Amino acid sequence: MIARPRIAAAERERLLAELVEGRLPDERGRFGPFGGRFVPETLMPALQRIEEGARRLLGDPGFRSELEGELRAWVGRPTPLTPARRLGEAWGCDLWLKREDLAHTGAHKINNALGQALIARHVGARRVVAETGAGQHGVAAAAACARVGLPCRVYMGAVDVERQAPNVDRMERLGAEVVPVRTGDATLRAAIDEALRDWVSDPEETYYLLGSAVGPHPYPWLVRELQAVIGREARDQMLREAGRLPDAAVACVGGGSNAIGLFHPFLGDRDVDLVGVEAGGRSEGLGAHAATVVRGTPGVLHGSYSLLLQTEEGQVVETHSISAGLDYPGVGPEHALLAAIGRVTYVTATDEEALEALEACCRHEGIVPALESAHALAGARRLAGARPGAVLLVGLSGRGDKDLPALARRRRGGEG
Amino acid sequence: MNGGARIERAIRSASPALVAFLTGGFPDRERFAALLPRMREAADLVEVGVPFSDPMADGVTIQRSSRAALERGANLDTILRAVADSGGRAPVLLMSYLNPLLAAGFEALARRAAEAGVSGFIVPDLPLEESQPLREALAGAGLGLVQLVTPVTPPPRLERLCRASDGFVYAVTVTGTTGGTAARDPASWHRLNSYLDRVRAVSPRPVCAGFGIRTPEHAAALGAHADGLIVGSALIEEIEAGRDPVRFVEDLRAALDRPRRPER
Repeated sequence: MIARPRIAAAERERLLAELVEGRLPDERGRFGPFGGRFVPETLMPALQRIEEGARRLLGDPGFRSELEGELRAWVGRPTPLTPARRLGEAWGCDLWLKREDLAHTGAHKINNALGQALIARHVGARRVVAETGAGQHGVAAAAACARVGLPCRVYMGAVDVERQAPNVDRMERLGAEVVPVRTGDATLRAAIDEALRDWVSDPEETYYLLGSAVGPHPYPWLVRELQAVIGREARDQMLREAGRLPDAAVACVGGGSNAIGLFHPFLGDRDVDLVGVEAGGRSEGLGAHAATVVRGTPGVLHGSYSLLLQTEEGQVVETHSISAGLDYPGVGPEHALLAAIGRVTYVTATDEEALEALEACCRHEGIVPALESAHALAGARRLAGARPGAVLLVGLSGRGDKDLPALARRRRGGEG
Repeated sequence: MNGGARIERAIRSASPALVAFLTGGFPDRERFAALLPRMREAADLVEVGVPFSDPMADGVTIQRSSRAALERGANLDTILRAVADSGGRAPVLLMSYLNPLLAAGFEALARRAAEAGVSGFIVPDLPLEESQPLREALAGAGLGLVQLVTPVTPPPRLERLCRASDGFVYAVTVTGTTGGTAARDPASWHRLNSYLDRVRAVSPRPVCAGFGIRTPEHAAALGAHADGLIVGSALIEEIEAGRDPVRFVEDLRAALDRPRRPER
């Protein structure tokens, strides 16, 4: 078992400065000690092609304006910043919600899916594969592929196919082929394994549209670049609408794409605390939660050196969260670095706390958040308890419609 | 003689050499421990897979056997013990994903593996660019690190990988996971053979073809274009069917030693 790296104070400052200046990941895809590219040789040329293509396109004004046009006209950006007055009053803070639930397909996932689908088309891919946990990324990938005209196959753990039935219907309606994965633990992690296997079988024609800020370089970088629109908008909106930056910005962390998208533009604002909320699940025992940054150790999973939940022997463990989108034993390498240098604080919220926060948000604000986003709300509630009156910005990563069947089952006394 | 040289000699001792893959601890610890010494007599080199929870380069057969082995308590310790106790003609290579090796610690791993009589490692998710720390630790204990190449590896990279590889070069015959089928029609046979010829032309080490070799016909057809043939999923399927994988390897050997039909 590897101990978590200790990074000296001067080194922490240097790494943070490099992050803020956009110099990380480095050319090897490293965020300090984390990140990199640990994949079968078959995928190395494909990853190099994706990196070259993405760097060229993201630096190209024509492509950028195509992407921005689509974000505006098809995704519905900018998403609003909503003052949550009644909920803030109930929790004793000044609460602002960044409404990714109002983005097309109902979650932040669309920002990344659209950007990558456009890249896939520009680099000449003939088909797209994707993985999905909660189904939000699968739906976003299916929609984006329909929009750009590429066939799409989505791998989804069989357990999640059950948990998130409405999203399976949506994906199929949008023209995607949904493949249930029964191997491994039959959740997001198994779906990623299976999507990678599909890609390994056809690395030249297939584009792997990875849904979170995880995986081998360039994905953690690329997904961050595409999701940073959340934080950029939120920062401008706070200044314009609240007249100031928040005391803290809070987001849920599974793989970590919505959190990195919200946090990244705030990294240089030292007065803004950043808080990532992981799935505390049922308890602190290994296998009963998905709190990778809080309780994980360094290792390699899905092509990247980061933190993960594993045994002493380096076997990846099964995780638990009431929310399928957080039910993942790994986390993006940039989060591993942000934790190591102390720029972001990572905490957990249990299933119960998330459910209470979800209920409160529904009743006080008329917004049904996704179970994933409810973890961020639970984190904000706890923060408000410790810092009464604080100005808190919460990334509301998605809407909760997909979770209603599971919540109804739970209400009838079953497992969510 | 160090591990790399032992492996190379084993491959060069037969034409082509047969490399047998077994999942460590499969079908269970006792039967694996009994199978390994017999396989070390039948094959020229034995690759033992260290089971990992997320084997992303493996197809369903090896996934299934890895999961079963893990459920029955297989780990690096039990596998190294089985290797140390096995004896036999053929050198042993361990094939492992990177994470269990990281968890063991590279220096300790190299020492323990050398003590158990392992000759080298294959790590499918460790690209050349990231391999230096492990390579140095293994070399310090006299062990080799085998590199994989694939049909989509660009020529300059192919040369770099072949030069860096110890013992032999593992030529993946198909893009895809383990357990597929190497080739189905004359055109793909032709592509496969010319790819293997291309690897052999630049490799200072012997070249073994792996992924998708399932029948004596496959073995015979590829044998002319490779210094060694790696058989994995087919052996696991024999074990699953309750048959003897050693017999399967012996039959392959017999097929390879028969006078060759003209090539297709």
